[in-house]
Amino acid sequence: MSFKMFDVENIRSDFPILNKKVNGKKLVYFDNAATSQTPTQVIDVISNYYLNYNSNIHRGVHFLSQQATELYEGAREKLKNHFNAKLNSEIIFTSGTTHGINIVSSGYSEILSEKDELIVSELEHHSNIVPWQILCEKTGSKLRVLPMNDIGELELDKFDQLLNENTKLVFVNHVSNALGTINPISEIISKAHKYGAKVLIDGAQASAHFKIDLQNLDVDYYVTSAHKLCGPTGVGMLYGKKELLEMLPPYQGGGEMIDQVTFEKTTYADLPHKFEAGTPNIAGCIAFGAAIDYINSIGLDNINSYENHLLQYATEKLNSIENVKIYGESDNKTSVISFNVKGIHPYDIGSILDKMGIAVRTGQHCAQPIMDFFKITGTLRISFAFYNTEKEIDFLIDTLKKAIKILS
Amino acid sequence: MKIIDIQNQIIDEFEIMDDWMERYEYMISLGKSLPIMDNDFKNDSNLIKGCQSRVWLHAELKNDNIFFHADSDAIITKGIISILIRIYSGQPPKEILDSSFDFIDKIGLKEHLSQTRANGLSSMIKQIKMYALAFETKLN
Repeated sequence: MSFKMFDVENIRSDFPILNKKVNGKKLVYFDNAATSQTPTQVIDVISNYYLNYNSNIHRGVHFLSQQATELYEGAREKLKNHFNAKLNSEIIFTSGTTHGINIVSSGYSEILSEKDELIVSELEHHSNIVPWQILCEKTGSKLRVLPMNDIGELELDKFDQLLNENTKLVFVNHVSNALGTINPISEIISKAHKYGAKVLIDGAQASAHFKIDLQNLDVDYYVTSAHKLCGPTGVGMLYGKKELLEMLPPYQGGGEMIDQVTFEKTTYADLPHKFEAGTPNIAGCIAFGAAIDYINSIGLDNINSYENHLLQYATEKLNSIENVKIYGESDNKTSVISFNVKGIHPYDIGSILDKMGIAVRTGQHCAQPIMDFFKITGTLRISFAFYNTEKEIDFLIDTLKKAIKILS
Repeated sequence: MKIIDIQNQIIDEFEIMDDWMERYEYMISLGKSLPIMDNDFKNDSNLIKGCQSRVWLHAELKNDNIFFHADSDAIITKGIISILIRIYSGQPPKEILDSSFDFIDKIGLKEHLSQTRANGLSSMIKQIKMYALAFETKLN
């Protein structure tokens, strides 16, 4: 398969870190599901901000403050357009996916009661489990689990049995971080809506791989992180339908989020500022916008088809190695492969791959329930981005074979 | 043999190995030959929980010296355990408390103690010292 439209070598030149040597070897970065690398186009935006615009936003009368505010609000507009939200005010800048989830879960602690039920999928990252458990502890609401099957897909028929008029919230990730499964969120959202339940989708593992249309999905809350799609760490997005964000109380009190403050009573700012207390990560938010521009300059369709090609290529090669077991075998996957080699601990293989310059993730991937489901203590996870190559996969496969030989 | 002497002996052994691959192969062979831990000792109270590889550590005091028994589900970790047992098992608590763990860096295995590996090994070293402290208190 050739990708004439897709010049990987040219794209790689945007990522200086890919030329780095690790343990004396050329870096092969296959931990993109944990964090993606940052292109110079985004790094330049961050340094340009500090070189030319650094100032506090929204309240300065001076030139720099106005420019910084324009760039910051411009980034919000970019996100709104890219994800197709209806309004700029529905886009809240956060510190990341986890922060976004906590804004919502914390808000619902004042809304839910004992009779209410919440549904969480078995495929979730701990970030989309623990905040809801804390919420249930506070409110007495019940947390119910939507199970998955042996190939790592959610069992939608069970979802119908779990839903009832007491179901208030449903949380599912768009893509599983541990297995790469793309979940049928459209169906989940429409089923939940029939019972009046609201749905929060954790899109941390999705937004870098395919186009997301929030209005078309009719999703109630959607969260993601910039660092998964070539942006900086410490920045993310919480999207919520206007009325559903307005309904939630503020998450933190402080500057930026206020309207009027007196010692008798404080009134809060309108959306989106109500949820952006304190000075935000201005440079990071602007860079988030730049990362979206960068991804769009390559094209999510191009990215998606190239990553799918890498996924198939690597899956075939891995399956040809004796004793390799891949976890998560849905036909509908992003470029993530979680696997084990029979009789060898993932930590041992990961340690040897690291010595050869190959960055993979080993362990439970913050998804202990998935590991419990498969009755394993962890896996090796390789995850590809559009700047990875077949050649790098070949090197991984050769090194993996050597590691297996040494460790057997 | 004193702790420092065994440590120096191990540093010498690793120094003659040319590259990391040779060191790892040696560690793996040590891991494979680590005496099997009695299943009774592989219980939850001896389990040192790490994010990645699990480590079990049991200690007992005999004739004023501490004897360690340990195991892990990862072979490289087992190799390091084997080295730790060679150094610390059969030593008096005070000697263990006064000893340094710098040798791990000197034999090129520092990365296994880093926080990101979270593999139970650094907790195991802490636990060895904790046992030494507890037995030392008991002896006095």
